Amino acid sequence: MRTELGKVRGLGAAKSGSARWWMERVTSVALIPLSVWLLASLVSGVASSHAVLTEWIANPLVAVLLILFVAVAFYHAAMGLKVVVEDYVHEHGNKIASLLIIDFLAIVGALAGIVAVLKIAFGA
Amino acid sequence: MLVSILHRATGIGLSIVGAGILLWWLLAAASGEEAYGKFLELALHPFGLFVLFGLTAVFFQHFFSGLRHLYMDTGAGYEPARSRRMAALTIVGTVVLTLAVWAIIIFA
Repeated sequence: MRTELGKVRGLGAAKSGSARWWMERVTSVALIPLSVWLLASLVSGVASSHAVLTEWIANPLVAVLLILFVAVAFYHAAMGLKVVVEDYVHEHGNKIASLLIIDFLAIVGALAGIVAVLKIAFGA
Repeated sequence: MLVSILHRATGIGLSIVGAGILLWWLLAAASGEEAYGKFLELALHPFGLFVLFGLTAVFFQHFFSGLRHLYMDTGAGYEPARSRRMAALTIVGTVVLTLAVWAIIIFA
């Protein structure tokens, strides 16, 4: 005897599947310019010393782009990792636990990165 | 086939190692000059440079195979010859750009 909820829990998105497919594409496209910008900045030496880096992040445009990069990258990473878990982890409890852990870690990671950027940007 | 698997493998690598280094970098910078000096020391250690070099290659592979996926989402590029050629191009692009980036870092 299984409830309706018990049968479908952990099987993936219901009704919102196309929304996730779309967000995978939105975050991919957003990460194209954001990641190229960050890599080009790093290559040009913005991370070479604490003084140079903090002065760079003090520029509001840089802070906004860095925060965008962190938020979009963690969102994209969490979606990608969850697809892998859904494909390869078949045991019900393990699958749900893995999906939860990915979401929790992604949110904590994104918040930590954003707070770090804000702290530098506001010169605290 | 290989490039499709590489897309997953590099995605997992970026999500774990890449995200970890990104956070470590930002948190060290936010913690102050001393913590950032420690980060730079480890990043510029030969093993740190090796990891960063690998991460650059992993990034470009994911970037180019991702572009290929976005292109194929439009319904284009499924002819076997064309699909194979694009898959090969993702690897060529990765090698060329990874070497170019590190050549700039080392010589500039």
